[in-house]
Amino acid sequence: MTKYIIRRLLQTIPVLIGVTILVFSLMHLVPGDAAKIIAGEGASDQTVENIRERLGLNDPLYVQYGTFVGNAVQGDLGSSIRSGRPVMDEIGARFWVTFELAFYSTIVAVFLGLIAGIISAVRHYTLTDVTVMIIALFGLSMPNFWFGLLLIQWFAIGNWMPESLEFLKMRPSGWGDDWRQVVLPVLTLGTGGAAIIARMTRSSMLEVIGQDYIRTARAKGLTERIVVYRHALKNALIPVVTVVGLEFGGFLGGAVLTETIFAINGMGRLTIDAIRTRDFPMVQGTVLVISVLFVVVNLLVDVSYRYLNKRIDLN
Amino acid sequence: MISKDNVLEVRNLQTSFSTDKGEVRAVDGVSFDVPKGKTIGIVGESGSGKSITSLSILRLLAENGKIKGGEIRYKGEDLTKVSEKRMRELRGNEISMIFQEPMTSLNPVYTVGQQISEALISHQGMNKKQAMVRSVELLKLVGIPSPEKRVKAYPFELSGGMRQRVMIAMSLACDPEILIADEPTTALDVTIQAQILELIKDLQERLGMSVIFITHDLGVVAETCDYVAVMYAGQVVEYSDIRTLFKQPKHPYSIGLLNSLPRHDIDQEKLMPIKGNVPSPHEMPTGCRFAPRCPAATDLCRAKMPELMTDDSGNQIRCWIYSDEWPGEKEVNVYGETRIAKG
Ligand SMILES: Nc1ncnc2c1ncn2[C@@H]1O[C@H](COP(=O)(O)OP(=O)(O)O)[C@@H](O)[C@H]1O
Ligand code: SF4
Ligand SMILES: [Mg+2]
Repeated sequence: MTKYIIRRLLQTIPVLIGVTILVFSLMHLVPGDAAKIIAGEGASDQTVENIRERLGLNDPLYVQYGTFVGNAVQGDLGSSIRSGRPVMDEIGARFWVTFELAFYSTIVAVFLGLIAGIISAVRHYTLTDVTVMIIALFGLSMPNFWFGLLLIQWFAIGNWMPESLEFLKMRPSGWGDDWRQVVLPVLTLGTGGAAIIARMTRSSMLEVIGQDYIRTARAKGLTERIVVYRHALKNALIPVVTVVGLEFGGFLGGAVLTETIFAINGMGRLTIDAIRTRDFPMVQGTVLVISVLFVVVNLLVDVSYRYLNKRIDLN
Repeated sequence: MISKDNVLEVRNLQTSFSTDKGEVRAVDGVSFDVPKGKTIGIVGESGSGKSITSLSILRLLAENGKIKGGEIRYKGEDLTKVSEKRMRELRGNEISMIFQEPMTSLNPVYTVGQQISEALISHQGMNKKQAMVRSVELLKLVGIPSPEKRVKAYPFELSGGMRQRVMIAMSLACDPEILIADEPTTALDVTIQAQILELIKDLQERLGMSVIFITHDLGVVAETCDYVAVMYAGQVVEYSDIRTLFKQPKHPYSIGLLNSLPRHDIDQEKLMPIKGNVPSPHEMPTGCRFAPRCPAATDLCRAKMPELMTDDSGNQIRCWIYSDEWPGEKEVNVYGETRIAKG
């Protein structure tokens, strides 16, 4: 197992190199002169030249790349053009907001998804199963932002809301001091994720329940509860773990719409704002951090999959 | 020969599956007795309903399967009628089963010890520690080397033969009255097959349980069984003691089966497989199911299904030749052998 983890860690190195090259190229792939764009319209040639010098844009590409990676490894991603503050500090401030959102959303997704999936599988081809799966299909096909808007409409704007639920109302400043404001955005992200997990759990459970070892478990005289929860579920969860991990990774990097709708100052919005204002170091920084997070989450998913699935030959 | 001391009596069992193509009557007229402490064999070609018979006894059929008729009497209780709760008390405790596929019959995510322990914990009220101690003993009983170590192994760490030994250990955990072994050696290498057969025989003698041994191999039956039920197309066509079956088989299908078995005492040239094919479950013949292939078939055979009849020696046979109604010759030639008709 340790050997596997080490090998898997080594495998991430080429991926990370690829990511840094891509991110680095961002600056050079933009049409036009990056320095000019940064300087803004009407800037003097001297200003542009200064910016070019400051960003090291006159150096050969490989030197620039080397500097970029060298700095990045030390946690230095340059400074934001807009605010002048170090990119890493800005990201650090926003990261935990996104992380919290992703984390709670994943918990909601897993909780709802597993329950729905197990019920559906145990009662397969009954009315319950069909109902749950139709709801899941809705959850899957409904765009997140639309569901988010609906939730805002129902809870935050509508004035029929009972007093006790007042806390759900969004404040203009968005994600604020009250932890309870997490509820709506987390529901928005979580339900979509739950639908995927429910479908995965159901199909995985159904496949496992047809296996020979489930018949063996029944032949031992175990109760149906033990057969389902001890013998079937543990096997059925192995592929689900992968989906959960990937969803969490997706939430970390791709909650842009949800963050925008609920005015949450997370990584997604930081990226979008940076792109809009052509804050290149910031774009590079956020894309790099999100990519690295993805690689790390993938690594964790693979390792836990391997751990759960002891059947797989470790070579 | 039918002794009064039967632990299990199966009478005219009928088990069907509902499928897209309609009802499949996989088992349709199976009767046999399991005398206490004896081994009975169920032989028949693949698809003749052997596994479905054994799964019916434990009521472990797939969801689309159902016992439609007949009786399964275990010590006076009719297993087709008892509650699911009662069935759970019996499964793995008084009647246990080992399956054809040792590679897939163990749960991959639990250790051997955990899987053997379960039956002990649920039926004998042992705690985890006692169950583990007993699991080690059981592994030793079935001849697994260094059982203290193997008890902690996961199935993927064991070979097919070892896994089948684990399955046997698991099935013996609660000292069952009846062990059902459904083609326990079919999926194994020839050398391992012999070892597993020897093990089951040896354990049967030591523990005194009854064994229902299912196989498509008559050679295996000759070595292990006291009585044999021959199945054809979902029915028992002959049930007799082992000596009678091998010396003087009665049913034309049994005669054909024995003729196609390589034997040392007979010229290999005389070997002849039974012509024709097993009927598909969707188009069963209305009369005797063997009639389309039987060299002695008459119009009566094709029109009317023979019942399972008990003969003078207590053996059972499903064939018109041995009834008063037989319309053909007195001396019937079947696959080169002569049988005297009753009529
Ligand atoms: N789940 C099922 N659905 C429909 N038909 C089935 C099912 N299981 C078994 N059968 C049918 O029952 C018949 C007997 O099968 P089986 O008892 O497994 O034969 P065998 O003697 O080889 O053990 C086969 O013809 C098969 O088509
Ligand atoms: S009943 Fe007729 S067809 Fe069937 S086995 Fe006997 S002789 Fe052959
Ligand atoms: Mg079978």
